[in-house]
Amino acid sequence: MSYQFDFAALLPYWPEFAMGMWLTLQLSAVATVLGFVVGTLCAIGRADGPPAVKWAVAAYVEIIRNTPLLVQIFLVYFGIATLGVHVSANMAAVAALVVNVGAYTSEIVRAGLESVHKAQLEAADCLGLSRAQTYWHVILRPAVERVYPALTSQYVLLMLASSITSQISAEELTAVANRVQSDTFRSFETYIVVGLLYLLLSFVVRVAFWLFGMGVFARRRKLGTAL
Amino acid sequence: MQSFGLIHVEFLAWAALWTVGLSLIAFVGGGLLGFAVALARVSGSLAVRAAAIVYIQIVQGTPLLILLFLIYFGVAVAGFSGVPAILAAGAGLTVYSSGFLAEIWRGCIQSVPKTQWEAAECLALTRWQRMTRVILPQALRMATAPTVGFLVQIVKNTSLASVVGFVELSQAGKLINNSIFEPFTIFVTVALFYFALCFPLSTWSRSLERKLNVSRR
Amino acid sequence: MSSTLSSPLSPVVSLSNVHKSFGALKVLDGVSFDVGVGEVAAIIGQSGSGKSTALRCINALETIQQGTIQVCGHAIHDPALDRRALRRDVGIVFQSYNLFPHLTVEQNIMLAPTCVKALSKGEARDLAREVLSHVGLEAKADQYPEQLSGGQQQRVAIARSLAMRPKLMLFDEVTSALDPQLTGEVLKVMETLAREGMTMILVTHEMAFARKVASKVVYMHQGRVWETGTGAMLDDPQTPELRAFIGNGL
Ligand SMILES: Nc1ncnc2c1ncn2[C@@H]1O[C@H](COP(=O)(O)OP(=O)(O)OP(=O)(O)O)[C@@H](O)[C@H]1O
Ligand SMILES: [Mg+2]
Repeated sequence: MSYQFDFAALLPYWPEFAMGMWLTLQLSAVATVLGFVVGTLCAIGRADGPPAVKWAVAAYVEIIRNTPLLVQIFLVYFGIATLGVHVSANMAAVAALVVNVGAYTSEIVRAGLESVHKAQLEAADCLGLSRAQTYWHVILRPAVERVYPALTSQYVLLMLASSITSQISAEELTAVANRVQSDTFRSFETYIVVGLLYLLLSFVVRVAFWLFGMGVFARRRKLGTAL
Repeated sequence: MQSFGLIHVEFLAWAALWTVGLSLIAFVGGGLLGFAVALARVSGSLAVRAAAIVYIQIVQGTPLLILLFLIYFGVAVAGFSGVPAILAAGAGLTVYSSGFLAEIWRGCIQSVPKTQWEAAECLALTRWQRMTRVILPQALRMATAPTVGFLVQIVKNTSLASVVGFVELSQAGKLINNSIFEPFTIFVTVALFYFALCFPLSTWSRSLERKLNVSRR
Repeated sequence: MSSTLSSPLSPVVSLSNVHKSFGALKVLDGVSFDVGVGEVAAIIGQSGSGKSTALRCINALETIQQGTIQVCGHAIHDPALDRRALRRDVGIVFQSYNLFPHLTVEQNIMLAPTCVKALSKGEARDLAREVLSHVGLEAKADQYPEQLSGGQQQRVAIARSLAMRPKLMLFDEVTSALDPQLTGEVLKVMETLAREGMTMILVTHEMAFARKVASKVVYMHQGRVWETGTGAMLDDPQTPELRAFIGNGL
């Protein structure tokens, strides 16, 4: 094996790598927030909605969980175009990621909702809380706190999976890597560097979620134990 | 230019067979490697355990797409040229599956109560005998549902093998689209094929899980 | 009288000045006692006094920080201890049975003799039948643990240990999880073993049983051996702590 590694050739491209990381973070942050909203609404619909809503959510979840993200991305990308609307690749990428992660979120949150005991609802009812108040204070908050670790893992996976949007030429870290390697002909080195950058990003995302959890869940912050 | 028709569906059906084949390679390869990593992850030696943790963290912290590129170009760097796409894709998916299966199986092994280890130890069984005769048979029961569930992930992720030029379902869809450009119809059909492969596995995994929960009570 | 004569046999178990802590928590604080061949020693004491820990140290499930323990000729305190050789000589039965749920009663018993002593399947099966009949459960050979009552499971656990032909048996509160009737059937098995000359150390809350069967009673308090004597010691406690302990129990 006589291959000479040359990482120096990649040095001039560091601003591009940095930009790629930033774009990947942005893309996944937007998809995470929107996906969480979509997923939570779906979970509530599945738990408490009319039969048609329950059925629709169940179908949505099954379809998404049993088809690849790559195909979903193509479908959203070309589907929007078929409608005659012109959107950027990154917009299509966000839309596809939201549709995808919304389904997974709804399953996780649903497990959280199911873990809230009936007695808690009765207690809230007896205290005269409205339905909305009960949902917010007694059901949703503890449910999300309980499944927070699972949500964290899911959103780290989402960040990694966002690399697939490079396949429709969305601008993010993997797209940058593809361009740099074709410029430099240093493919192996490029993907080693980018692999390490993704590892760094996974770590950053985990830390961010941990800090956010500490900020939002007072009980966890004070007691340090899982709910 | 012809439009989407039976001939394309037939082409996709053949490609679906390659998807199945690649999934099997990834599952068998990833299963063997993952099993070894899972055992290393619960090993008595700190160094072995640490190595397994690092391996799992790297595999789970890197996108599959990047793993595939790394193996594809790494093979060329190592001096092997003209490696068939199925081997590059199979190796990439094997590494990916091993990282996740190892972690799933570690969880199952560690969920066997510590008292079972102790009881086996007090009967003078060796570490290997404790593992194979007492712990693994119990862990296996818990592992079936999540393992079948992960099989769905493998099938879906074979779609990324298209980036190293392997013609499976997704790549076949892209090829058809290049010639007749009817993306929506084509990819809905591709999605249906994936759904037909994955949905039975998902359902099976769920029913296994339900059975396990019932027997646990 | 006999105690003044030095026994020709060295004790089966001998603890000398054993210290054991979990982190900052001192659990054994200089424990010493001996158990001779054929003796039945009962360890009694309040919850948290270190009884289980002492038993686990004897079987090398815990490592000690100071002192020496000799068990059937094995030096437990020696870092080079051959644990598997020790476990061939010592059987232990836990409060929570710890039967292997994926194996039948018979398979539970056959596992160690086939794996460790390389007995053939047939020999191991005969052995299983024999020890099962000893605990009165031949009829249950093909059942799974979950199909048995707690008392039956505990008797299977005893049989499983007996199948290794141990020189010493350890019992850690083996009847605490059982109701009185099931307790009776397990204690009967243990009494039989004692009568047959098995050397046994048992941690127990069954004072009546200790008084009747034990040749030696060790009262532990705050990680120390507070009082030792024969079963009669329970009728005439010397320390206020033991008096209070027995008073609570009755
Ligand atoms: N693995 C461990 N780690 C930390 N502390 C322990 C551990 N095992 C036991 N302890 C502590 O050691 C002390 C003595 O425990 P031990 O189980 O020996 O008591 P015991 O006399 O058997 O009590 P019981 O009658 O309740 O079984 C207790 O305070 C217990 O909390
Ligand atoms: Mg105890």
